[in-house]
Amino acid sequence: MDATTRNPVTIERTSDREVRVTRTFNAPAHLVFEAWTKPELFSRWWVPKSMGMTLHALEMDARTGGSYRLDFGDGIDFVGSYLEVTPHTRIVWTNDEGGENSSVTTVTFEETDGTTLLVMSELFPTKEAFEAGSGAEQATHETFAQLDDLLAQLKA
Amino acid sequence: MVQYEQSNVDAAFAALADSTRRGVLEQLGRQEASISELAGRFNMTLTGMKKHVGVLEDAGLVTTEKVGRVRHCRIGAHRLEDVATWIERYQQLWDARFSALDDVLEELTLKEKSDGRNNKEPRHDRADVRS
Repeated sequence: MDATTRNPVTIERTSDREVRVTRTFNAPAHLVFEAWTKPELFSRWWVPKSMGMTLHALEMDARTGGSYRLDFGDGIDFVGSYLEVTPHTRIVWTNDEGGENSSVTTVTFEETDGTTLLVMSELFPTKEAFEAGSGAEQATHETFAQLDDLLAQLKA
Repeated sequence: MVQYEQSNVDAAFAALADSTRRGVLEQLGRQEASISELAGRFNMTLTGMKKHVGVLEDAGLVTTEKVGRVRHCRIGAHRLEDVATWIERYQQLWDARFSALDDVLEELTLKEKSDGRNNKEPRHDRADVRS
């Protein structure tokens, strides 16, 4: 599939402490679910090259009550546990690296005619946690050269 | 750290959702311009550009000042960087992730189809033997 046929991503701030990402995939829900829950598949897309980070180790036990750990080296770990894993339908996990600002992510998969609508929401405990924690994963790493260029232009 | 009012963040989201307005911001980042200069540059009517600039102004991303008959526009306060960074990075991250996920899914879909074809005959054979 080339870039021109990619389905668009919609990002909405649905409340003062929640952001929602919506995207359709041209594959049935059981395959999308597999790509989110099997470490060997998950590691192939969760850390795109443009993120500028390398996944050193990945542990994931994608079952209700299981836990995960993404190790990016240099002491940067993303950890949490799965609150709910319902095959082909719904995954809910905690993002515990943020301490008291930690968010809960819910992903749902809805299949229609062989395509899957994915809705992912990230809910923070408070508005302040949202402001502090949202985008933190990205903001801590100067990885998006393109945006940096734009910002440099805006500031100039 | 600067805290934003919810309405401002919403307004900034809406303001940045439009490619013309992002272009205007980029343009104003290089140099100040009047509304008529911006309208000319983006090949728009004066009224159309006024609306875009109004949205950017409401979101606090642009400030305007009327000098004589000309309204000058410039990049708004410092908060632009924070808001733009957050939204753009979030969008870019998920665009990149989901593009990579498309590739994984395409492969899984093809594999499932070919497995389905390859397994069809042997499965039937085994079933025939057992029955």
